[in-house]
Amino acid sequence: MSAAIRDAVTVFVRQSLPTLRSPSALVFGMLQPLVFLVFFGPLLGGLTDLPVESSWQWFVPSVLMMLTLFATAATGYDLLTEMQTGSLERILVTPMSRSSILAGRTLHDVATLWVQAILIVAATLPFGFQLRPAGALAGLLLLGVLGLAAGALSHALAIACRDNPDMFYGVQQTLLFPLLFLSGLMLPLDVGPDWMRVAGNLNPLTYVVEAIRAHFNGTFDVKVAGPGWLAALAMAVVGLLLATRAMRRAAD
Amino acid sequence: MIWESPFAERGQQSRFSLADAYSVRYVVRMIEARDLQKAFRTKAGPVEAVRGVDLRVQEGELVAFLGPNGAGKTTTLRMLTTLLRPTSGSARVAGYDITDEAARVRQRIGFIGQGNSAGYYHRIRDELVIQGRAYGLTWRRARHRADELLEVMELTALADRTAGTLSGGQRRRLDVALGLVHSPPLLFLDEPSTGLDPQTRARLWEQLLELRERQGTTIFLTTHYLEEADTRAERVIIVDHGRVIADDTPSALKRGLAGDLVRLRVKGSTTAAAAVVEALPGVRDLETSGDWITARLPDGSTAVPPLLERIRAHDAEVVEVEVLPPTLDDVFLALTGRSLREEGTTQTEEEMTR
Repeated sequence: MSAAIRDAVTVFVRQSLPTLRSPSALVFGMLQPLVFLVFFGPLLGGLTDLPVESSWQWFVPSVLMMLTLFATAATGYDLLTEMQTGSLERILVTPMSRSSILAGRTLHDVATLWVQAILIVAATLPFGFQLRPAGALAGLLLLGVLGLAAGALSHALAIACRDNPDMFYGVQQTLLFPLLFLSGLMLPLDVGPDWMRVAGNLNPLTYVVEAIRAHFNGTFDVKVAGPGWLAALAMAVVGLLLATRAMRRAAD
Repeated sequence: MIWESPFAERGQQSRFSLADAYSVRYVVRMIEARDLQKAFRTKAGPVEAVRGVDLRVQEGELVAFLGPNGAGKTTTLRMLTTLLRPTSGSARVAGYDITDEAARVRQRIGFIGQGNSAGYYHRIRDELVIQGRAYGLTWRRARHRADELLEVMELTALADRTAGTLSGGQRRRLDVALGLVHSPPLLFLDEPSTGLDPQTRARLWEQLLELRERQGTTIFLTTHYLEEADTRAERVIIVDHGRVIADDTPSALKRGLAGDLVRLRVKGSTTAAAAVVEALPGVRDLETSGDWITARLPDGSTAVPPLLERIRAHDAEVVEVEVLPPTLDDVFLALTGRSLREEGTTQTEEEMTR
């Protein structure tokens, strides 16, 4: 096993240990999406023009994507906390490479995300969510790529904000909420005014939402899912490049 | 590793004989820094934190890096441990270049920073095992080493607690344990005893000295505790405004730069007595105030007895004597005109309220 993989595994295990020791933390990370699922989902039942047979088929993928994006808020903040207390410094002074440290951390975010996503899907099954196994698997994969992108960007943002930690949530929320609403994740953008639809078309998350919804409903159509995959992969590449660069300067 | 003959430094290479060749003792140079500089860019313009530090530390030395707040101690340490890139200058640590061979340097050094090394929500045994993995131990070796260190640092009972639940002293011991996982030949400590009560501080020092005894570890630490540098370190390097201003054993520094503070209360002619004191070799800072004469003398305790008789021969008599041995603070005062102690106290207070 090469040193880089070995180091990434070490960091992955380190990040996972607190959750493995007390799994209840996993549930706290799911609270926000669950609240949306329980208190927002039913409202959608009243909308008649959703392009799927039930509002669950439309909204459960949304919630999974929301989970992905919100979980990354925590990951950057965790990094900031570790930068302030000194535990990141301790990791940085070991011979492990910066990219392995980043890989281990972001892969842990993705793994956590998958476990939470599976739990949410399982919880919605009794309420009528129709599971398409192959599609769901593809959807989870795409969620993973998106999680990698968002996690990496969150790391880069955290390092950029290291002298001013309050800025982290400020920037993060300012970016995240408009992007969420403009992606058609909460409500279909078709019900909004023209400018929203135009802005939505410029938002890469719009395509990811559509692809994830398509997959979870059993569609593999390249015309629908392709742009989403491309957008997610592109964001992941950009995110990892930025984060690796930032990680090299984390101690400066 | 850099190997060098102890003779090389004294410029005796030309007289190198066969006898010398057989008795050569090689000394490993652990730290060698040349004109190390670091400037930070800030909104108010560049701040030169370190302005050209030269250092040489041999294997097995215990060196204290002493200086006021903002002198550049931590910045220097962070450059030597590869956490910061120097703006200019170079250094070899444990035989490798800190910029070009950073990973090799990291493999050979231990670093105990000012913060808490363990994650707040991590169990302390887990963190020790992970640390072992980070230095290339197998899982089995890493677990074994973790248990060993828990034992040495008296943390075994707390192994399954999360780091966030530990007391300050326990956390500091854990920090030290984390820095020792790979038994580094060179250990850097940044303010290791700040915030510890005297008892815990003494225990920490016992453990560090024990380690040194057992493994010959070279120790390089920063501190603003004068007594600590004075009593524990074999060599004190004093930094101020990003430069090294003194470098010697604590006793040589005190003898050479400060001298004992001698106070004499005189009956009779104070002026005559002061003239006698002034005539002594190496006397400094002579002052008279009322019937007290104060001066610094290189070897106060042995200089005073003959002085008493000489003063008596000049129509005066000494009725009270005080000889105060110098402190490193006196050394700093002699070097810079400022006291280190005042700044030291403010820092402690800041840290307590932090």
